[in-house]
Amino acid sequence: MAVETTSAKVKWGLLDALVVVFALIPVLWIVSLSFKTAATLTDGNFIPREWTWDNYKLIFQTDQFVRALVNSIGIALISTVIAVVLGTMAAYAISRLDFPGKKALVGVSLLIAMFPQVSLVSPLFNIERNLGIFDTWLGLILPYITFALPLAIYTLSAFFKQIPWDLEKAAKMDGATQGEAFRKVIAPLAAPGVFTTAILVFIFCWNDFLFAISLTSTEQSRTVPVALSFFTGASQFEDPTGAISAAAVVITIPIILFVLFFQRRIVAGLTSGAVKG
Amino acid sequence: MADIVLDKVTKKYPDGTTAVHEIDLEIADGEFIILVGPSGCGKSTTLNMIAGLEDISSGELRIAGERVNDKAPKDRDIAMVFQSYALYPNMTVGENMAFPLKLAKMPKAEIDKKVAEAAKVLELTEYLNRKPANLSGGQRQRVAMGRAIVRSPKAFLMDEPLSNLDAKLRVQMRTQVSRLQKQLNTTTVYVTHDQTEAMTLGDRVVVMRGGYIQQVGDPQTLYDNPHNLFVAGFIGSPSMNFLPATVEESKLRTPLGDLPLGDRVRRALSGADAPRQVILGIRPEHFEDARLIEEHQRAKGFEFTAPVDLVESMGSDKYVYLTVEGEHAVAADLEDLAADAGGADLPPQDNLVTRLSAESRVRDGADARVWMNLDKIHLFDPRDGHNLTLHEGQAAGVNAA
Ligand SMILES: Nc1ncnc2c1ncn2[C@@H]1O[C@H](COP(=O)(O)OP(=O)(O)OP(=O)(O)O)[C@@H](O)[C@H]1O
Ligand SMILES: [Mg+2]
Repeated sequence: MAVETTSAKVKWGLLDALVVVFALIPVLWIVSLSFKTAATLTDGNFIPREWTWDNYKLIFQTDQFVRALVNSIGIALISTVIAVVLGTMAAYAISRLDFPGKKALVGVSLLIAMFPQVSLVSPLFNIERNLGIFDTWLGLILPYITFALPLAIYTLSAFFKQIPWDLEKAAKMDGATQGEAFRKVIAPLAAPGVFTTAILVFIFCWNDFLFAISLTSTEQSRTVPVALSFFTGASQFEDPTGAISAAAVVITIPIILFVLFFQRRIVAGLTSGAVKG
Repeated sequence: MADIVLDKVTKKYPDGTTAVHEIDLEIADGEFIILVGPSGCGKSTTLNMIAGLEDISSGELRIAGERVNDKAPKDRDIAMVFQSYALYPNMTVGENMAFPLKLAKMPKAEIDKKVAEAAKVLELTEYLNRKPANLSGGQRQRVAMGRAIVRSPKAFLMDEPLSNLDAKLRVQMRTQVSRLQKQLNTTTVYVTHDQTEAMTLGDRVVVMRGGYIQQVGDPQTLYDNPHNLFVAGFIGSPSMNFLPATVEESKLRTPLGDLPLGDRVRRALSGADAPRQVILGIRPEHFEDARLIEEHQRAKGFEFTAPVDLVESMGSDKYVYLTVEGEHAVAADLEDLAADAGGADLPPQDNLVTRLSAESRVRDGADARVWMNLDKIHLFDPRDGHNLTLHEGQAAGVNAA
């Protein structure tokens, strides 16, 4: 029996390792590239022969990148907050209340999620130019919220459905108003779901390239993924690969921080013990 | 503390189901009342309407004389214990119990005092800092009770609070609930599925079926004088035996033999619309081994012989299952009871369940000579199930047969 579990552990361990390696090699490759000098860039070594911080220095010297980083962080954070707040309310209503048009609401949000984003780019471009929000933060935040909301509503309503209805009734019996019951009992239990959703939405906004390239034209609102594609290197004739790699490494850092920060709040089994024995 | 009055209270769900039909019920101040009935009969719905968790479709609900139909649960000052306990998993035991007091904006020192008191009564003091996830089922149940009693509400509502506990713990908690209610003397409405709880806990029992009240009364009255077949079969364990019977001049023809009609029964059947086909009901304890019957008693009853199917010796007495040939009693009430296998353990239809003294020497496989007390028989109308032998609520069998 013990032998079997050990061998099973080894098997699973190997499989996990394989998946992790598969996922990490390209990332490590980018990290490696970002530390290489221009001369050794194409030597094919996994570990750089000559280490340099030049690429990092370079990208932070260009106003372009720093500005794009600010845009990215601002736009992604604002979109995430709004989408999660609206999504929480909608998901709560969907999972808890019976109201006319509930099915239609769910159907429409599913429809939005299924809609190919690429087909919306030209209409959005025209609409935003007419409204005067082309190449502004708002011009990106609005479509991000539109596409993040279905995601948020779906993830959150799944979480809300796990919370026992009785807890809310109990809170009401204990003297809470509907609002207090939500804030003091339901919200703390829904927190893991809210954070998970926030992470997903943030990643979606942070990584978007399609809208960002179509709906911006200047540094004023260009986000990092787009800015990267405009990278030219120090001079016109220099290969920008090193700088792009460094920038790519830098922009994954906020995501990692964001996930690490919220992951600590995602405590599994938070609702256990509420019911039965 | 307060009385609760339900005046023609009806609940119609949006999908068209009428779960509760014009219920009239007066619950006195400090009374412990039990709602009992098979699954889906509207017990929880009734309780939720009293709590304010469900709207009342029509009728009036008064608590302490005041109409509360449109009051939110929090303004009714009622505490509720849920079947699922519904403890807040993110709070400790202490915080769970303090929650209603915090919402009531009570000063911190007073909250601590009240929680400590309640914890002491419920023997939870050492668990105050634990999360509900780390408690046993019985402890969770006590926390749920604690959360209800800390704020001294006008009334307690409990929806099958013990049904998630194992049998032994349930008996223990049952006595604790009973003691607590007596001590606090707070009006309590207690919903249960379990007729043992119904019989032992309450001052009065309300038997419900399909959204209607069947009968209200103290447990003994329900047991002795059931208004209809349903109540007769639901209350009591093992439940009452039912046999088909035909009225013929001065006899009652049953699968056990022809029973003489006593005055009491004759009077019951004298009405113009009295049916010829009836259902005879008799409880297991109204049988006895014929050899143990004293001479003066023998005349009050009827003796018959039947093959013994099974003997279960309980020590104090013996449950003897007799095989009875012939037809089965048929009535809508009995089908309802059979459908609700969880609520009442109806005996298999071929068997007559009898409870004989421990001294009885009846054995499996042999024939037994059994005496049956004719004073205690009930006759029911199979068409609507009502008890024909009941006159103005008079106990069955006060007159000799
Ligand atoms: N939200 C609802 N919508 C429609 N019908 C409902 C709803 N809740 C309950 N019912 C119906 O109302 C009837 C009574 O339900 P209720 O929950 O009061 O039964 P109960 O007596 O508590 O049963 P149990 O012993 O199983 O808890 C049932 O037939 C049920 O199907
Ligand atoms: Mg119920």
